[in-house]
Amino acid sequence: MAAIFQGVGAAAALSSLPSNSFDSKNILFSPRRSFSVRKAPSFVVVRSDGTMNLDLNPKGRRAQQFIANAVATKEDSSAASSSSKPGHELLLFEALREGLEEEMERDPRVCVMGEDVGHYGGSYKVTKGLATKFGDLRVLDTPIAENSFTGMGIGAAMTGLRPVVEGMNMGFLLLAFNQISNNCGMLHYTSGGQFTIPIVIRGPGGVGRQLGAEHSQRLESYFQSVPGIQMVACSTPYNAKGLMKAALRSENPVILFEHVLLYNLKERIPDEDYICNLEEAEMVRPGEHVTILTYSRMRYHVMQAAKTLVNKGYDPEVIDIRSLKPFDLYTIGNSVKKTHRVLIVEECMRTGGIGASLTAAITENFHDYLDAPIICLSSQDVPTPYAGRLEEWTVVQPAQIVTAVEQLCQ
Amino acid sequence: MYSNMVTLQTLDTIFYEAQRQGRISFYVTSIGEEAINIASAAALTSDDIVFPQYREPGVLLWRGFTLQEFANQCFGNKADYGKGRQMPIHYGSNKLNYFTVASTIATQIPHAVGAAYSLKMDKKDACAVTYFGDGGTSEGDFHAAMNFAAVTESPVIFICRNNGWAISTPTSDQFRSDGIAVRGQAYGVRSIRVDGNDALAMYSAVHSARHMAVNEHRPILIEAVTYRVGHHSTSDDSTKYRPANEIEWWRMARDPVTRFRKWIEINGWWGSEAESQLRSSIRSQLLHAIQIAERAEKPPVNDLFTDVYDNIPSNLREQEKLLKETINRHPKDYPADVPI
Repeated sequence: MAAIFQGVGAAAALSSLPSNSFDSKNILFSPRRSFSVRKAPSFVVVRSDGTMNLDLNPKGRRAQQFIANAVATKEDSSAASSSSKPGHELLLFEALREGLEEEMERDPRVCVMGEDVGHYGGSYKVTKGLATKFGDLRVLDTPIAENSFTGMGIGAAMTGLRPVVEGMNMGFLLLAFNQISNNCGMLHYTSGGQFTIPIVIRGPGGVGRQLGAEHSQRLESYFQSVPGIQMVACSTPYNAKGLMKAALRSENPVILFEHVLLYNLKERIPDEDYICNLEEAEMVRPGEHVTILTYSRMRYHVMQAAKTLVNKGYDPEVIDIRSLKPFDLYTIGNSVKKTHRVLIVEECMRTGGIGASLTAAITENFHDYLDAPIICLSSQDVPTPYAGRLEEWTVVQPAQIVTAVEQLCQ
Repeated sequence: MYSNMVTLQTLDTIFYEAQRQGRISFYVTSIGEEAINIASAAALTSDDIVFPQYREPGVLLWRGFTLQEFANQCFGNKADYGKGRQMPIHYGSNKLNYFTVASTIATQIPHAVGAAYSLKMDKKDACAVTYFGDGGTSEGDFHAAMNFAAVTESPVIFICRNNGWAISTPTSDQFRSDGIAVRGQAYGVRSIRVDGNDALAMYSAVHSARHMAVNEHRPILIEAVTYRVGHHSTSDDSTKYRPANEIEWWRMARDPVTRFRKWIEINGWWGSEAESQLRSSIRSQLLHAIQIAERAEKPPVNDLFTDVYDNIPSNLREQEKLLKETINRHPKDYPADVPI
C-alpha cells in the first residue's frame, strides 16, 4: 500500500526521519511532530517496504510562476480588497487560517473536524497551528469516513456547536452527499425551524496540476440543487478570509469552495476585522463593452485575457460572482443592463454546471437587455485526464476567452 | 412505566386504524417494541439528547409529548411543530431533546456521535442516545459512527432494536455475524445484549450504559432483541413474507406489555379494573385528540417557503409571489381550507 501525501510542508519534515526504519503509523497517527512550512506543493510517496521518495513535482514550479502572473494582473486591476490602512501581506491559505483562527477566538463554539486537520495542520496547511493553540477537542482529526464526520458535524451543529468540516478534497465530499442533501439542507425545514445547522463545509476543489480525474471534481455543480444550503467560492486572500468569517457567523449551512491552485496567492489584506457578504458578487474590473462572469480560478484566466482584450481595444467588465447559491442577480443585472453582452467563464462541466444555471437565470430575468446570446465557456463533459497537455485543454484558457469576447462584440 | 407502555400500544392501534380509514395518510407502529421504547426512555434523563430512527415514539411519550401533539403531527395541521412538512410519525421536539425523525436510515447515528462530542466539549452531565434497527446496522454510517465514537471517546449510547426484520429482509439475509453486539467489540465499543421485551432488563441495561457513557466518556452499544409484531408500515403487508402464526405467537405469547403487566399484578400494584379504566380513558383521549387534530386548520402556504434558510432569500420570495398569483388566478383549483 503506497500512500501519496500532497501537502505543503510534508516534504521537509519527512526528510528528517531515518530513511530505513519508517513506520507508516508515524505519518498518520503521531501528531506531535511539527512540520516546517514550504511554499512549493510537493509529493511524498511512502512505499510499503518503508523507504521514501521525495518527488518534487517539476510542474509545481510552473504552477507557481503562473500564479505569480495572476497576482500581478490582479494588482493592476481595480482592487476591491485593499483599505486605506497599511495591512499585512499573506498567502490565501494563511488568510483562510487567519479568518478561522479569529472566529475560533471570538466564539468558543467554533470547532474544526476533518482528516489530518489536527497536528498535521491540514493537507493544505489551512489549520496549521490551530490544534496546538485550541486543543485536540476543537480541532478534531477524524477517521476516513466523510459521510460520517459530515453527519457528526451536522449533529454537533444541531446541538449548539459551530463546526467547520474540511473535505481534504472537495471530491471526497461526494461520499458525504447523503448527509449534505438529506440532512444538512433539510433538517431546519422539516423540523419546522426547531433545529438550526450552522455548519461550514469547506475544502479545495477544481482542476489542479495532474491530480487525476477523481481529485479534480467541481462539486458546485452537484450541490447547487440542494435546497437549504448556501454556496460561496473564494478567489483572493481578501475574500477568502472575509467569506470564511461570514460563513462561520451565518446560521445557515454554507459550503465554501476553495481551489487547489489558488492557495499560494499573495495579497495585502487589512488588519482590521472584516467580513465579505455571502450573497454579494465582486466587481473586479468595471467596463462598458461586455460582462464577463466568473469565479474561483477562472477569474485569473479572465484577467489575463482582459489584458489582451484591453490592448485590442475592448473594455470588459469582470465580475467574480463569488456567491454560487444564490446568485447575486442585483450586481449581475446592473452589469447586463449596462453592457448588454454576457460571457460566462467557469471551470464546471458544460452540462449542469454553475454556468448552465447562471445562463438560465440571466435569460429569464434580463432577456430584454441582451443584444446577443449568452456565451458560456466551460470545461468539456469529460473526466479530467491525467496527461498534462490534455488536462490543460479541459480548462478554459485565456485565448478562448479573448476569442469569445471578440465573437460577442461583433 | 406500564401506563406509558399501554398508551403507546393504544396510540399505535388507533392511529393505524385511522390510516386504514383514510383519515391520515401513513403510519408506522411500534407494536412489540413497547418495552424498548418506554423502558429505555425511563432510564435516561431529560437532558440526554435522542436521535431516533422512526420506531421510537415511546421515548417522546415518556418525556411528555401529549397525545394531541402526536395527532397534530400525523395530521400535519397548523399546530404541528414540523409545520406540516414531514410525513406522519416524523416527530421532533427541541424542547424534549428529541431530534426530528428523518426517513433516511442510519443517518442519525453519526449525528448522535457529533452531539455526544459537543456534550463532552461542554462538559455536560448528559449523553446522546440513538436508536436504529437491525437493518440500519448494514449502512456505512453505522460502522463509521461506531468507530468515531470509540476514537473520540464520546458519551453516546447506540441502541439497536434487533426486531428480526428490515421490511421483508430477515436478519439471516441482513448479516451473518452473531447479532449486533459482536460488532461493537470489533470497534472497541462495550456492548450489551438484552431481551428487548423485558421492560426491567431493558431499564437496567440502559441505566448502566448511561452511567458508563457519562462517567467514563465512552460509547456503549446495546442490542435489544425483540420482534416487529406490526407491519413495517401502513404500506406493507407482512403476511406476504412471514407466516401469520409466527406474528400471532409473538403478539400474544411474547407481548412485552402483557409480560410487564403480569409482573406488576403479581406484586399487587395493578388489577384488571385499573387496566380497563386505563385503556378506556386513553382510548377516549386519543379519539378526542384525533377529532380536534382533524378539524384544525392546515399550515398556510407561506410555510412552504420559510425555514429553508434563516431568512427568506429573494429567489424564494419571488417563487412565493408567483405561487400566490397563480392561486389567485385559479382559485377553483386550490383547496379552500388551506390558508394563504
